[in-house]
Amino acid sequence: MKCFTKHTGLVAAMDRANVDTDQIIPKQFLKRIERTGFGEFLFWDWARLDDGSPNPDFELNQPGVKDASVLLARRNFGCGSSREHAPWALEDYGFRVIVAPSFADIFYNNCFKNGMLAVRLPEDIVEQLFGRAEKYPGYELTADLNNCTVGDSHDFSTTFEVDSFRRDCLLNGLDDIGQTLEHEDKITSYEGTH
Amino acid sequence: MTDSVNQPRTLFQKIWDNHVVHAAEGRQTILYIDLQLVHEVTSAQAFEGLRLAGRVVRRPERTVATADHNVPTTDRSLPILDVISKRQIDTLRDNCNDFGIQYYDLNDPRQGIVHVIGPELGYTQPGMTIVCGDSHTSTHGAFGALAFGIGTSEVEHVLATQTLLQDKPKTLELRVDGQMRPGVSAKDLVLYLIGKITTDGGTGYCVEYTGEAIRELTMENRMTVCNMSIEAGARAGMIAPDEKTFDYLRGRPEVPEDFDAAVERWRQLPTDEGAVYDSSLTFLAARIAPQVTWGTNPGLVASVDATVPKPMDYADPTEQKTAASALEYMGLKGGERITDLKLDRVFIGSCTNARIEDLRAAAEIAKGRKVSDDVSAMVVPGSGQVKKQAESEGLDHVFREAGFDWREAGCSMCLAMNPDKLSPGERCASTSNRNFEGRQGKGGRTHLVSPAMAAAAAVAGHFVDIRQWS
Ligand code: SF4
Repeated sequence: MKCFTKHTGLVAAMDRANVDTDQIIPKQFLKRIERTGFGEFLFWDWARLDDGSPNPDFELNQPGVKDASVLLARRNFGCGSSREHAPWALEDYGFRVIVAPSFADIFYNNCFKNGMLAVRLPEDIVEQLFGRAEKYPGYELTADLNNCTVGDSHDFSTTFEVDSFRRDCLLNGLDDIGQTLEHEDKITSYEGTH
Repeated sequence: MTDSVNQPRTLFQKIWDNHVVHAAEGRQTILYIDLQLVHEVTSAQAFEGLRLAGRVVRRPERTVATADHNVPTTDRSLPILDVISKRQIDTLRDNCNDFGIQYYDLNDPRQGIVHVIGPELGYTQPGMTIVCGDSHTSTHGAFGALAFGIGTSEVEHVLATQTLLQDKPKTLELRVDGQMRPGVSAKDLVLYLIGKITTDGGTGYCVEYTGEAIRELTMENRMTVCNMSIEAGARAGMIAPDEKTFDYLRGRPEVPEDFDAAVERWRQLPTDEGAVYDSSLTFLAARIAPQVTWGTNPGLVASVDATVPKPMDYADPTEQKTAASALEYMGLKGGERITDLKLDRVFIGSCTNARIEDLRAAAEIAKGRKVSDDVSAMVVPGSGQVKKQAESEGLDHVFREAGFDWREAGCSMCLAMNPDKLSPGERCASTSNRNFEGRQGKGGRTHLVSPAMAAAAAVAGHFVDIRQWS
């Protein structure tokens, strides 16, 4: 698994609640059997007009956020389908950090499995960040997993919570399966008694 | 075993306790998985991962696969035209061969939507932990199992270790007291609940549905309810097993050989008197009317006799914004009467509502009537066996005579990965579970309803209150 310690990047703000994984990566791209190459299809139906050209109104098509790597979103981000293609697409596009008031369970989990940091912050703080992203051109955020902080260069800093196990795995890029197999004897003995 | 074993426990707690392989402070629990269901869309990369790491499937006999999402629902003797779809399905077949996994191929009479065939074949049993790379795995909770959707990395984890790393969810009791009124179905019940607790109201929770209205439901209806737990954000949804559960399972091919002994064990599962949930909410069944979603998530739902809300009906600015963009996408202004909404398409199918009782409910409405000239309607059975059963009861004739298209089993227009899809702007009454933007085809407008409501809408050309249908 990819590791994550600290990342500073340009912020793209997506001011919509309940963004579902069907939007993040529409089904027509789920037929592929590879794990990579999904970035160009990210938010396809929102990002393109009917003729296939870029939709100028779409958040990620704004000139200032072309190279964004931090996604700022509203609550319940990633709801719906369990498709891991959603974090694959976000990661492949270039996102390393997603900040939102809340995430759907499966999506949250899937992010960590792919070396992406999903940061939950209180709704009022997220609101503040939306304001800052609008106010400061080229607005950047830094997420530091070692210290569990998110901050900018304009005097904003806050801490976030993440459970220690997920943090550990992400900091060290640990392979879940390898870790579990360290307990293989316990699995075997469980199987013997159940 | 923990101390909690001697305390009154919930159904969830019992199943959880019974599957802990390893728990340590500050770690996720290693939870044993009894059954993994596999389909073509979320598994290829997991098998690839196994190969790259030189690993094998730990317990192939606890793994069952079928192709459903991507399959054509037209004549199966013809080749699959979409080469990328075909490659995905071929890949699943090859992976199952290579790793020794039971696979129900397209030509197998038992093929169908994975959440329909699991229970139908008796794989799904009370007390089990069940996972699948699909969020509607919650369906299997109807049997008193702990069943939830996982991502592809986790599919690989389960294949390799037969366990999963899990945070323990909190428990939420959704109790529905009293009896439902005539014309109101399990689908209406669950849509109503999602409308009340909203699309993320269940996040972080495992839901247990309790109360008289739930106990009254048939097994197939319970599956409809549990199926949609994820639409409220819940990790899983479950219903305590009872005589209906055991009667449903008795005689199915994959149930335990000593069935009676299994039933004795399963009888220990229901939540003990005095056990507490982290949170509990109570609803009255008699308040529930037939439901129709009007927006772009399943929580945006109204009673059939109501009007479509307006953004200003909401106090919270984010909700106002959500409602406004949902209305815009749906081609609505707000204020329309639900029964005035005219339809172009009707889809009866999906893992929510494509079992035999669903098809019977729809056929009862369709019988002797005709689909409106303005509507194109299709029925897609949930499995090959459902299709066969329906045909033996003559339901296919009822549907065909009424002008419905009668198809082969699969997910079909629930997610429109195969050729069945809406065109931009088309308005569809659908018995499936998601009304997200573009879910049934780019620009398509989905209204989620029960099978009877969908059939009636097909005939009338607009939504009708099934309670007044004669
Ligand atoms: S029928 Fe729809 S929701 Fe159910 S498994 Fe298939 S695609 Fe998913």
